[in-house]
Amino acid sequence: MTRWVLAAGLAFLWAPILLMAVFAFSDSRQPFVWGGFSFRWFVALVQNERLLGATALSLAVAAGAATLAALAGGALGWVLARHGAFRGRAVFAILAAAPLVLPEVVTGLALLLLFVALERLTGWPDGRGVATLLLAHASLGAAFVAVVVQGRLAGMGQALEEAAADLGASPGVVFRTVTWPLLAPSLAAGWGLAFLLSFDDVVLAGFTSGPGATTLPMLLFSQLRMGPTPEAHALAVVFLAAAGVGLSLWGWFRRR
Amino acid sequence: MIRAAAAAWLALLVAAPLLVVLAIAFAVPDAGLPPFRLPTSMAENESWQVLTEDGFYLAALGRSLLVAGATAAICVALAYPMSLGILRAAPRRRPMLLALALLPMAVGFVLRMAAWSGLLRDSGPLNQLLMALGAEAPWRLLYSDTGLMLGMVHSYLAFALLPLYAAMAGRDRAPEEAAADLGARPWTVFRTVTLPASAGAAGAAFLLVFIPAAGEFVIPDILGAPDRLLVGRAIWQEFSATRDWPLAAAASVALLLALLPPLLWWQRLR
Repeated sequence: MTRWVLAAGLAFLWAPILLMAVFAFSDSRQPFVWGGFSFRWFVALVQNERLLGATALSLAVAAGAATLAALAGGALGWVLARHGAFRGRAVFAILAAAPLVLPEVVTGLALLLLFVALERLTGWPDGRGVATLLLAHASLGAAFVAVVVQGRLAGMGQALEEAAADLGASPGVVFRTVTWPLLAPSLAAGWGLAFLLSFDDVVLAGFTSGPGATTLPMLLFSQLRMGPTPEAHALAVVFLAAAGVGLSLWGWFRRR
Repeated sequence: MIRAAAAAWLALLVAAPLLVVLAIAFAVPDAGLPPFRLPTSMAENESWQVLTEDGFYLAALGRSLLVAGATAAICVALAYPMSLGILRAAPRRRPMLLALALLPMAVGFVLRMAAWSGLLRDSGPLNQLLMALGAEAPWRLLYSDTGLMLGMVHSYLAFALLPLYAAMAGRDRAPEEAAADLGARPWTVFRTVTLPASAGAAGAAFLLVFIPAAGEFVIPDILGAPDRLLVGRAIWQEFSATRDWPLAAAASVALLLALLPPLLWWQRLR
């Protein structure tokens, strides 16, 4: 029985994706209408300068936000796993986890209103744009990095670090030669997660980004409100191919 | 040092925004930038009156909780047997099956919604299929509750699947094997061993979908019926179109209040 539900669930998840992939090669102007084989929507994609610009901005914001999230989330996860029962830990843990589940429409509005209040009080940030967007995405990503890092620290225990210290290694050496190599993969995984969250986000961006900083999901969302186009199908194929390449590379690295 | 820095991060980017929302919820809308000002007296703020007296917003909140509950129930009902299905496959095939369940996310949220919007429209392939099978007129799939639920489940299924699978995979299967060895039928094993042991994970998965889904506005905007307002969409409209930011903030606070019991429950399950 479970096998059939699994098959049905996977079919449901994949059906719209596979149909998009097929009709990305259709010559018709209508989505999901077959008009003969053609690469025209892929050509349209690389000639669409607004879309390329938005993609470049999204990639840059995602990389920056993920890096900030890895730093902050690494610290959050470290404190949660290694600082024991300090005063205020319960509140700390709740605040660290809140962005994981809070509806994005609430966090988006909340961050926007914070930025507006900050601007009034300090003059910074000067309007909404890349900086506010970066902070919004980093605050979401950091919560996810914290979960991954905390889980890793709890899982690996402290025995190896204690052994190294007993054998005479200084705290700096213990961190550099034992803790960091064990922790780095989880930070990298958290960075990747934060990158994907930022690259896919449309809600937080809708609130915290400004007129000069339209990310790819924002552009696609505003185009979709005019009606779906086959160009989106071609872009979906590009994303799927990129994910496939990424997944194979990851599998290849893991096997080595 | 590191704890102080981490606490400062949380204070500035998680606690402060929520407190500011609470404060602005009691401000007064105003022409200008930003489009609100502090009230001179408590009576000047009308947002709460509008929210509670106008059945419009309460209905939107109730409908949002209903849609989120239905989405979470369907997602868990699907993800639970799907997780078991992956676990019962040969160990070397499990990572592939899990990747297969998560890879559709790679296409991106907006593009997946674009696909549904194209598939469900009146002249789309799904309706052409229905007409070929004998339907007399195209079914209203796009801009309907059907379209909304298809999009919701498609977007949120992975949020239920990942924690459920992780919880089930991390647990020892010996109790199940023991029960089977002692003569229990598969259904009895499931009902008396598997289900009680994974009820907490199923609850957490339900909440992991329910809480964020209660504020969803992109999916209702693209696939849902325009006349069936949901609270996430109401907040977005007050923010962007009507520019009544105090009302948007008050609606956010109302949504958070409604979500407080599930949030606390989720914290306990974590």
